[in-house]
Amino acid sequence: MHLPVGESLNALCAGLILICAFAIVGTRQVQGVRRFFILQSILLAAACFLLAWDQRVADLWWLGGITVTAKVILIPWVLKRTLAPKLYIRRELSQAINIPSSLLFALLLAVASELLVGPIASASGNPVIEINLPIGLACLLIGAYSLVARREAIPQLLGILAMENGAFLAGIAIAPTLPLIAELAIAVDVVLIAVIVGLLTRTIEKTMGTTKAAALSELKEEIVEWR
Amino acid sequence: MALIAIVALPALAALLCWLSPFRKAGWHITVASQFFQFGLAVFIAARVIADGRLTGAAGWFEADGLGALTLVIVTFVCTLAAIYAGGYMSHSTKGNLWRFYAMYNLLSFALVAVPSMAGPNLTWVAMELVTLFSVLLVGFENTAGALEAAWKFSVLTIMGAPIALFGFLVLYWGWHSGAGGQRETWDALRVAAPAMSPALLRLSFLLVFIGFGAKTGLAPMHTWLPDAHSEAPTPICAVLSGVKTSVPLYVILRFLGIVLASPGARMGEWMVVIGLISVAIGAFLLLQVHDYKRMFAYSTVEHMGIILAASGLASRASDFGAVFQLLNHAITKSLCFYVAGVVLLGMGTREIKSVKGLLRISPFAGGILLFCALAIAGAPPFPIFLSEFSILSAGMRAGHVVAVSILAALIVVAFIGIMLHVNRMAFGSPDLPEVHVTVPHSCRIAVLTAAVPVAVLGVYVPGPIHSLLILAAQQLGGR
Repeated sequence: MHLPVGESLNALCAGLILICAFAIVGTRQVQGVRRFFILQSILLAAACFLLAWDQRVADLWWLGGITVTAKVILIPWVLKRTLAPKLYIRRELSQAINIPSSLLFALLLAVASELLVGPIASASGNPVIEINLPIGLACLLIGAYSLVARREAIPQLLGILAMENGAFLAGIAIAPTLPLIAELAIAVDVVLIAVIVGLLTRTIEKTMGTTKAAALSELKEEIVEWR
Repeated sequence: MALIAIVALPALAALLCWLSPFRKAGWHITVASQFFQFGLAVFIAARVIADGRLTGAAGWFEADGLGALTLVIVTFVCTLAAIYAGGYMSHSTKGNLWRFYAMYNLLSFALVAVPSMAGPNLTWVAMELVTLFSVLLVGFENTAGALEAAWKFSVLTIMGAPIALFGFLVLYWGWHSGAGGQRETWDALRVAAPAMSPALLRLSFLLVFIGFGAKTGLAPMHTWLPDAHSEAPTPICAVLSGVKTSVPLYVILRFLGIVLASPGARMGEWMVVIGLISVAIGAFLLLQVHDYKRMFAYSTVEHMGIILAASGLASRASDFGAVFQLLNHAITKSLCFYVAGVVLLGMGTREIKSVKGLLRISPFAGGILLFCALAIAGAPPFPIFLSEFSILSAGMRAGHVVAVSILAALIVVAFIGIMLHVNRMAFGSPDLPEVHVTVPHSCRIAVLTAAVPVAVLGVYVPGPIHSLLILAAQQLGGR
């Protein structure tokens, strides 16, 4: 496949974003997960600017700006303010599922999302959609999976935010003309998620002295527990 | 104007509650603003009945039958829960009450914003705000149990957000490539649906259904629901169980109406199957609960399943049953939680087996507990019986014999489950005869007011409500 410069650079960004999603699943250190999330957000903004320049969609310039402000500046700042530094230097040794099997599973999810939306994407005949839609879905699913595999509160929160990045990566390809007011409201919403879940994590840490989600297991039925 | 005012009012009230000179008056501000909101919702409903729809700002704030019905339900429950909170919160919490009322107003702001929005993208934003503000309120009491419930609730329901967002982006893509130019509103989507690609519609509905289904508490994503609904302060439980679950379901129903309008994207049968699974899980878990607040929470899972299954049957009559059930469930379930809160204040325990002979201890609490249990279980003179019966008969007439038989059997199981537990609580002789249940004044008023529509709607549905229900049912896409 021979692609023009803009589109192949977009493909490069999308590929790196997918690698970041894998890295978020495969990193032990909480600090590392945070760094990969920020890197993923920077790449997302880069893809956004690239498409704005390549396809001449003015809205995407704004969207890229919103992404940088919300996800590269505001969210890391919010998380730094609400959460104690000692939560970041923690190494997470007890994952529900170990890292090699997690990575294998993430790989399966990536293949599955290509199989799922590949036909729809190629029917559109737009090379940007063909790349961004399956990769966006893969990032969404891998983020959801990291919620299951992780046991610390902060990586779980970052997993949710990484899912949002996946949705946005697909969004800049399939809905580049989405009204800006909606994009702005969505970005505010994402920052609010970080604020509120961050505050909740801090309260949990203060009250119970741990942020291991696995330690939260008091509430259940006595006979049967449906999961 | 009314549509903009109804959204702006609670936001203003939240700001007032937060400003320090008014902090003492938090309850009064909240109740006053909720009353106004309810009045506005009734006004909007009246206009919608007269004209078919009401436009606040074209393309941004619009209400049709389904939206107006949801607005009335939301504001009715929020108003009574606010009155109830006055007596309940000052008896049960030592926390900052102004913070509670500020967050309560924010939650009610988000709840009325969802049905007022004309387009899907801003509906998503409003729905996320509902989730976030309810997370704060679930964890309000800061006990270990409340925080654990808030955490489970936030992870499972916020995880739904990006999934639903993906779905809405795919929907926009389908809309943009199928119909083009105009502003994307729910109404325009319904008209354009037959021309849109069925594969895209199916994909986007699936994603939105997973995302918002988790917020509705549909099985198998219901595990947060009994925790959150038992640990939150009782007035919040009433709002969460009565309307916070109905509001994402409202979005799903609206989207389902669009998908059903497209002949290529067959989804109705799936909704029946998924609805029945929720009903089954809710009904069987009802048999083995130990905590009466959890009991009412599982009954919510059951009722959400019934509404979904009814909308999947996709006939005119079953759609009417579905929206009628939406209304009846909200008013009855909030009453159930008000009563559960009264029992909890008096007895100091949530365990079913520690409460015995409630009718003798407090005829008021015991009597109204029996009343609301019969109502929520679907015994004859009550509105839920009417709506469940109309769903079952509509299904029979449309020829869905197997689905209807399973649904009827599961409703009976749920009935047995609820009545078994409530019998034990209400009758018999009390273990501790010296317990004296005092019911705060505002709680008594809220309980008695909430009981009125539950008693009346089962025998007489006033004309305006009937026409509003018919208008709302038209949005569901049954033929």
